[in-house]
Amino acid sequence: MSVTTGLFYVFSAIMLFAAFRVITARNPIHAVLFLVLTFFQASMIWMLLKAEFLSIILVLVYVGAVMVLFLFVVMMMDVNKESLRNGFWKHFPFAALVGVVIALEMSAVLMGGFRVVDEPVTAAVPGASNTKELGKLLYTQYIYPLEVAAAILLVAMIAAISLTLRVRKDSKLISVSDQVRVKAKDRLSVVKYAATQAAVATPAADSASEEKKA
Amino acid sequence: MILTLGHFLSLGAILFALAVVGIFLNRRNLIVLLMAIELMLLAVNTNFVAFSHYLNDMHGQIFVFFILTVAAAEAAIGLAILILLFRNKSSISVDELNTLKG
Amino acid sequence: MSQTLSVSTLLWVPLAPLVGSILAGVLGTQFGGNVIGRRASHTVTILGVLISFIVSVMTLKAVAIDGARLNETIYTWMVVGGLKMEIGFLIDGLSAMMMCVVTFVSLMVHLYTIGYMEEDEGYNRFFSYISLFTFSMLMLVMSNNMLQLFFGWEAVGLVSYLLIGFWYNKPTAIFANMKAFLVNRVGDFGFILGIGLIAAYAGTLNYAEAFGKSAELASLTLPGTDWMLITVICICLFIGAMGKSAQFPLHVWLPDSMEGPTPISALIHAATMVTAGIFMVARMSPLFELSDTALSFIMVIGAITALFMGFLGIIQNDIKRVVAYSTLSQLGYMTVALGASAYSVAVFHLMTHAFFKALLFLAAGSVIMGCHHNQDIRWMGGLRKYMPITWITSLLGSLALIGTPLFAGFYSKDSIIEAVMESHLPGAGFAKFAVLAGVFVTAFYSFRMYFLVFHGKERFDQNPDAHHDAHTDHGHHGSHHVPHESPWVVTVPLVLLAIPSVFIGYWTIEPMLYGDFFKDAIFINADLHSAMKELGEKFHGPWQMAVHSLTTLPLLLAASGVALSYVFYMVKPEWPAAIKKTFMPVFNLLENKYYLDWINENILARGARALGTGLWKVGDQAIIDGTLVNGSWKLVGWISGLVRKAQTGFLYHYALVMILGIFVLMTYFVWLK
Repeated sequence: MSVTTGLFYVFSAIMLFAAFRVITARNPIHAVLFLVLTFFQASMIWMLLKAEFLSIILVLVYVGAVMVLFLFVVMMMDVNKESLRNGFWKHFPFAALVGVVIALEMSAVLMGGFRVVDEPVTAAVPGASNTKELGKLLYTQYIYPLEVAAAILLVAMIAAISLTLRVRKDSKLISVSDQVRVKAKDRLSVVKYAATQAAVATPAADSASEEKKA
Repeated sequence: MILTLGHFLSLGAILFALAVVGIFLNRRNLIVLLMAIELMLLAVNTNFVAFSHYLNDMHGQIFVFFILTVAAAEAAIGLAILILLFRNKSSISVDELNTLKG
Repeated sequence: MSQTLSVSTLLWVPLAPLVGSILAGVLGTQFGGNVIGRRASHTVTILGVLISFIVSVMTLKAVAIDGARLNETIYTWMVVGGLKMEIGFLIDGLSAMMMCVVTFVSLMVHLYTIGYMEEDEGYNRFFSYISLFTFSMLMLVMSNNMLQLFFGWEAVGLVSYLLIGFWYNKPTAIFANMKAFLVNRVGDFGFILGIGLIAAYAGTLNYAEAFGKSAELASLTLPGTDWMLITVICICLFIGAMGKSAQFPLHVWLPDSMEGPTPISALIHAATMVTAGIFMVARMSPLFELSDTALSFIMVIGAITALFMGFLGIIQNDIKRVVAYSTLSQLGYMTVALGASAYSVAVFHLMTHAFFKALLFLAAGSVIMGCHHNQDIRWMGGLRKYMPITWITSLLGSLALIGTPLFAGFYSKDSIIEAVMESHLPGAGFAKFAVLAGVFVTAFYSFRMYFLVFHGKERFDQNPDAHHDAHTDHGHHGSHHVPHESPWVVTVPLVLLAIPSVFIGYWTIEPMLYGDFFKDAIFINADLHSAMKELGEKFHGPWQMAVHSLTTLPLLLAASGVALSYVFYMVKPEWPAAIKKTFMPVFNLLENKYYLDWINENILARGARALGTGLWKVGDQAIIDGTLVNGSWKLVGWISGLVRKAQTGFLYHYALVMILGIFVLMTYFVWLK
């Protein structure tokens, strides 16, 4: 057994344990932290598979951004931890059965079918890096999907913001487009009023004539 | 023993199965549901990377790249929806989300 | 108009009355704005019919004396796949005779109407209708193809409907006109089947062409059966004649048609429209001669009608109904003659009957007018003092009807009886009995009516339904309405009709029956149906025929009928009431017209309505709307109601189902493949 294999088994074991704890943790913050652990282990396994760019990206972007986001949200929400767990273990046997069966079947297929593939011999070209190879392919063949991915991220950002945006009710901010669209008849109304009035009603007549002038 | 592709794929499979079980075990916590989705995506990514390595083809890793992008976007929006849901219903229990009942 | 006939002259015959009808109908009624008045209306229509009559007489002279014939197509309407639909004229002895009869009777009726309908609001409309009728009937008799015949057939039926329901505010009139139209429709159904079969198998509607192919048609059978095609065709055509000429059982409309004004009863239901069926069978004689079955059927139906309708005439109290049943009976006689292959005799009787029956109807109308619109003969009597011209003409008409020697009716009726005696077809035995018995019955009811109306005690003040209200224009009120003679516009037509009723038989029997008059119009297979041949051998001139008849059975029967009616209604008037009491069931049967009307209204009509209602309620509403249409959406709703239970709204349920699906698929692909 080589080092790689050993490392693989260690990493896998921890990953699977962590994944199990994600779904069975009582405290949601614990669940998020276990998820972070899972991702770390996955990153290591990818490193074993010589995909170093992706494994670093996984840690930087995925764990660093997305998981932190999860943590923010979990902490923001003031959930009642007790009520979350009611009826959890009631369904566990059936769920476990289904899960085990699926896993075993998939393994049987995969182990049986893909046994023959060997570790390929990579020609060690000096200066060749995973990143560079990835970049070469990405910016030539996959340039269009790259742009689309960028657009997707933009859209996701706009969507997330517009979904959760809360406007202050007492804000004095006026929409510029509304201002421009104002019409005279929204602001001004002309009232017909007799020129001469009884002496008592004189102050009202003054303000009425001022209105007309304005 | 030699690590074959099968080992990595089995790992991915077990991870996927775990995540699936997680979805329908969690009746009370929507966040765990979202996390289980992330786990499923991770399992799939592992598969891709393993294939890429053993078949000596960079295309697998490119695909992981895009899956990561989309997963991130989806996680962001999913969480935004979760926050809105919590604002309106003051609960993240999946059991209470049955207004789409036929 | 000498040796040859010209189409342009002949066109005046149908078109002149049509023009008159349109002018009177459009300009004379509210439809066109009431432009012309009554005088103008009746003038223009009478002028039209007069022109038509004059040209018809000229045509008759050309045909009879100069031997001219015409068979021409005037206008081809359309050609559909080889079948030509045309308008054309066929002028030979048969059509020339019919033209004259129709136009003469129509002219008399037009003249008569001036007096009869004087007080009526619909005066102009009436003239328009009777002129329109004249046009339709002329198109029917002058046609050279079956399409035009059918056009004329339907048109006369339509005008008959319009005229029977002339007083459209009377519910009985509306009932009668619908009945006439519908019963005629039943006949027309058979008629059009017959025409259709001819069109299908002979490929033409033209008479000459179809008759040319009759030999081929005679050997065919109807596909799918082993009935001779020609028999089926002839019976279908005769069903049409049964409807139009009111043979049993499609006779039920004719007594009800007396709801219309009397002039139309004379014109349509005595002289012309009802004879269209007889005319049609005579015209189609080449086809009918080929089918003994059809001829036998015709004879039996005619015999039934002749005898049983006569029985009904005995008990009628309405003067017009007596004459109506008399018409039915005489039509039966004509039909029997057709069945005995004596087509010329039937047509001859048609002509003489037209004159004396129109006379009798118009005289009845004159009596009704004179009795201030009372039609019940029980409340008449002794009218000969008050209405002499009407009395004399009625007497002449009745004598003609019963077959008094030397009168017109005698020649035609006796010829029919002799022809039937010579026939050997199945059913001839019954026919012989029926025509002879019918002579007695005819004489009895005719003279019953005559004695009750013109002789005996005056009973007009005994009428319980007398109208003491509306007739202010008669100038006298009070309870005692004395009858008076009708104006000259009414009596002149009576006289003019009485003349041919007496003389025309004597003059025309020889050329028509035993001469060449109908030579190319009527075809008889003399070997199979030898009636005319036998009659021809026995005939030695009209005078000799009259003298010979003094010793034969028909005259004896007629005389005894007259004598019996004299006894019953003049000498011993209490006997009829006593007989009625003794034979009450028979009387009820006759009173209810053999329950045929009851059957038609309650079984056939009600049954048809019940069938319609059943199909509507069960077939349409319950099955199609309820089960198929409503049921399908209800089923869809029910199924979707079941299916929607799968939509629980819970995310984890959906996820579970997806997982299970994956599980099933994986199991299938891993273990079972």
